[in-house]
Amino acid sequence: MRKVIDSNIENYKNLLKSYIETQDERSLYGVEMMSKSFLKNNILPEEIVNLHIQALEDLYPDLSEEIKHSMNFLLEAMISYGLKHQEIQTLREQQIALKSEISVAASMQDTFLKTDIPTIEGLDIGAISAPAHQMNGDYYHFVKGKNGTLGMAIADVIGKGIPAALSMSMIKYAIDSYPEESMEPNVILENLNRVVERNVDPNMFITMIYAQYSPAYNKLRFSSAGHEPGFHYYAKDNRFEELKTKGLALGVLADVEYQEYELKMEKGDMVIFLTDGVTESREEDRFVEVEEVLDVIRKYKTYSAQEIVNHVYKYFERLQDFQLRDDFTMIILRKEV
Amino acid sequence: MKPQSSCVTIQKEWDIVGARHVARDMAKTLGFGTVDQARIATAVSELARNIYLYANNDGQIYFDMINTIDGKGLSIIAVDSGPGISDIAEVMQDGFSTSGGLGAGLPGVKRLMDEFDIQSELGKGTKITAKKWVR
Repeated sequence: MRKVIDSNIENYKNLLKSYIETQDERSLYGVEMMSKSFLKNNILPEEIVNLHIQALEDLYPDLSEEIKHSMNFLLEAMISYGLKHQEIQTLREQQIALKSEISVAASMQDTFLKTDIPTIEGLDIGAISAPAHQMNGDYYHFVKGKNGTLGMAIADVIGKGIPAALSMSMIKYAIDSYPEESMEPNVILENLNRVVERNVDPNMFITMIYAQYSPAYNKLRFSSAGHEPGFHYYAKDNRFEELKTKGLALGVLADVEYQEYELKMEKGDMVIFLTDGVTESREEDRFVEVEEVLDVIRKYKTYSAQEIVNHVYKYFERLQDFQLRDDFTMIILRKEV
Repeated sequence: MKPQSSCVTIQKEWDIVGARHVARDMAKTLGFGTVDQARIATAVSELARNIYLYANNDGQIYFDMINTIDGKGLSIIAVDSGPGISDIAEVMQDGFSTSGGLGAGLPGVKRLMDEFDIQSELGKGTKITAKKWVR
């Protein structure tokens, strides 16, 4: 630190002298560069003022006492700024350490929750989930049953950030432990509800839709635990219909029974599941209407399911100036033939 | 010959100025440069303000000139019989005392000086020792 100052004193003095004599821009540029090097080397403001005093006294040995005193006064005034600068420096370092720790946790979370999109006969599947911050509080899960059926979950934790994301791991392991084929969507939700109710903080809830698709019957059965409603796209009529469901969010009450719904998918039909990060994405002060989401889907309906969800995501990411306000998750199932 | 040690009792805000004055005089005598004089004065200011604000106006700051083979320096000891500090680690954290935008806090004092030590007992008081060496 001291070395940087010492090596710069001559340079500073010359720049100052040249500036006082000619007020040239070149010296100002010179001092700008010097100031950057000071910052890089954590030189404190009071030391720069002191450097200035020394240079001034060297250049003008007959400097008036008033000016000298005034310069010392300025130096004194800089001390607190110097302290603040050091404090901010330390806090910044801590922040960097913290961030990298969280990103390690986030990538661990990604590994935990990783789910591959299975190949299901006659079904085109697209899924996307993007966290607003480093850790995702949304979750989706696919599993292929022995008889070729698809099991699928989409969930959203009410509550944000790391605690929300952590509780998702629990959901995943609970789902994994169920004998998939033998269980109905409503029974799975009832089981998960007990797990969540027992293990999660009372003011944290999880909303979820669990669905099963059977290619043999072209039927989708699903149950909802207070989750954002999905949509059924009827290819024949080119229209969307909201999937009206009832059911309490997971973790609210100990014993809850869930209703099971069923729909038949025709060729080209789509079922869209999403989280409220999609419907509550905001543009400036305006909430995005569900209609807008559906319009985007309609616009890209000739694309593959994965391309559609990617397009919807890109559309809303741009709408929100590339800063998601909430985790964004969307799944599209489309019957191909 | 200037005195080798001194003590200022902190009871009113004006005493903070008195403590700064003593600190600066001694720092000057010891041969500290302008920047270090200002830093020492600021550290003393901070210690004195802590006594004035949090220790029921009941404390002293002791100043001692150190002159040994190891070097010359100034030792500052702030003693109060205030409520004490329950969590020293917390007050030594950056951003703790300054979150309200006031003062440099104890981490500031530690930065301004070369050596820093703090002992505190709840209900009894706090003793802070800080030293700075002439380079």
